[in-house]
Amino acid sequence: MDSIISIKDLSKIYNTGFEALKNVNLEINKGEIIALLGPNGAGKTTLISTICGIVSPSSGTVTVGGFDIISDFRKTREMIGLVPQELTLGAFDTVWSTIRFSRGLFGSKRDDAYLEQLLKDLSLYDKKDSEIRALSGGMKRRVLIAKALSHNPKVLFLDEPTAGVDVELRKDMWKIVNKLRSQGVTIILTTHYIEEAEEIADRVGVINNGELLLVEQKEHLMESLGKKQLVIDLKESVKKIPPSLDKYNIELTDDGMQISYTYVVKDEEVEISDVLNEISNSGLLLKDLKIVQSSLEDIFVDLVKEK
Amino acid sequence: MNLMAIKVIYLNEMMRFWKTLFQSVASPVISTALYFVVFGSAIGSRIENIDGVSYGLFIVPGLTMLSVLTQSISNASFGIFFPKFTGTIYELLSAPVSFYETLIGYVGAASTKSLILATIILVTASLFVELNIAHPFWMLGFLVLTCISFSLFGFIIGLWADNFEKLQIIPLLIITPLVFLGGSFYSISMLPPLWQKVTLFNPVLYLVSGFRWSFFEISDVGVGLSLLMVLLFLSVCIAIIAWMFNTGYKLKQ
Repeated sequence: MDSIISIKDLSKIYNTGFEALKNVNLEINKGEIIALLGPNGAGKTTLISTICGIVSPSSGTVTVGGFDIISDFRKTREMIGLVPQELTLGAFDTVWSTIRFSRGLFGSKRDDAYLEQLLKDLSLYDKKDSEIRALSGGMKRRVLIAKALSHNPKVLFLDEPTAGVDVELRKDMWKIVNKLRSQGVTIILTTHYIEEAEEIADRVGVINNGELLLVEQKEHLMESLGKKQLVIDLKESVKKIPPSLDKYNIELTDDGMQISYTYVVKDEEVEISDVLNEISNSGLLLKDLKIVQSSLEDIFVDLVKEK
Repeated sequence: MNLMAIKVIYLNEMMRFWKTLFQSVASPVISTALYFVVFGSAIGSRIENIDGVSYGLFIVPGLTMLSVLTQSISNASFGIFFPKFTGTIYELLSAPVSFYETLIGYVGAASTKSLILATIILVTASLFVELNIAHPFWMLGFLVLTCISFSLFGFIIGLWADNFEKLQIIPLLIITPLVFLGGSFYSISMLPPLWQKVTLFNPVLYLVSGFRWSFFEISDVGVGLSLLMVLLFLSVCIAIIAWMFNTGYKLKQ
């Protein structure tokens, strides 16, 4: 796949001395959705603000579509749309005037038909002449998306797009994002919500303390780092795990009615059938069993703790 | 150059003016009328002509300058401060717009508003006194230069200010006293010699004096010097803004 954004050795140290980004390297491919996960203050917003031109990098280079974000800022910014985290809108502007303003800022000629269609796609058309202050939080979020898309960007940054919105709107957002992807728009989103990354991203990047800890295909990440847990309900309570199972690090619940065995999928030394045979031969009476797969959230928590 | 961006910034700022048209027009008309009633009629009737010009007529340029200076600063400072305050500045910073294009949009709109205001004041004044402008071209030149210079100054204040208090402090504590003490309502020849010399350090004196000369051909200082001072002030403002933009002062982290 062709790269559309190339980040090389990017660092950002604020005037306060806070090092928000530490030698970040990242290639973002055309048409993909990449989710950047990280706790508060990890550097997610600084990273996208730097690419968009809001924050000046301390060192390193960023290119968008092959153009440098500093020396060719007009070309790079023309390609980018940004939906900020905060609901930053002029309270007294109408929806229509604010999206026309955004389109004009990006140097695009007036195209009412496109903007009207955009508002329809975002279920905002009936609010076209409403003042922003009269809209709900969810509607304001949609207006921010409309503003970001008003100039047909090739790359869309969504900074915590569903922070503080209800589940229904969140799912609507995901639909919008998927539709944009089908139109070939590259999407970079930052989020706290692991389920969001799990639902819509192709790749996942984890940032903590200004460092990009990893970037992986979502499925690969879950496959390679994900843990599975074999959980077995017992027919009768036991006080301790039979010595023959000691080598497997099996855990027993306090009531003695359940044992669990956690293993890493990629670990080639583990043969789950061997473990099951050993458990069966140990004399434990099995009632039921299930396998629980770790979520991206578990992987994320483990990674952040590790670092 | 992103001309479209300049146009939308300019029109967006002007839209705020049209939205509050009544206040925008009523306020200068009422205050001008009040100044004429108080200074022109009540007090002015007891003041002798100044250099052959009646007092009511004499205060017209000063009165216009007073409003133009304060409104230029207020319009331009608020224009750029408000997006900073609400956070909508992100859109300007992430758009393919240079700082100078942003400046032209904001300062252009603020200057236009001040020019409209000056026109309203002069039209209102002409209802009270018979207004003849000796040098209309120079009058317009001084007016446009002053509107642009003080809009630039207002833009600097708007960039510098972090809060509403800072936004108000310079116009309130520095500009208004300078305008009142800069010969807006009197000729400095009416002051004691020491204060005449002190007043020469007030930059507003040169603006008012030059502007008044374009009306009545009378001035406190030479018209060339007035023009020079306006251009100097304009250059200083441009230099400060250039520095602010180049360093990203209070705009970019």
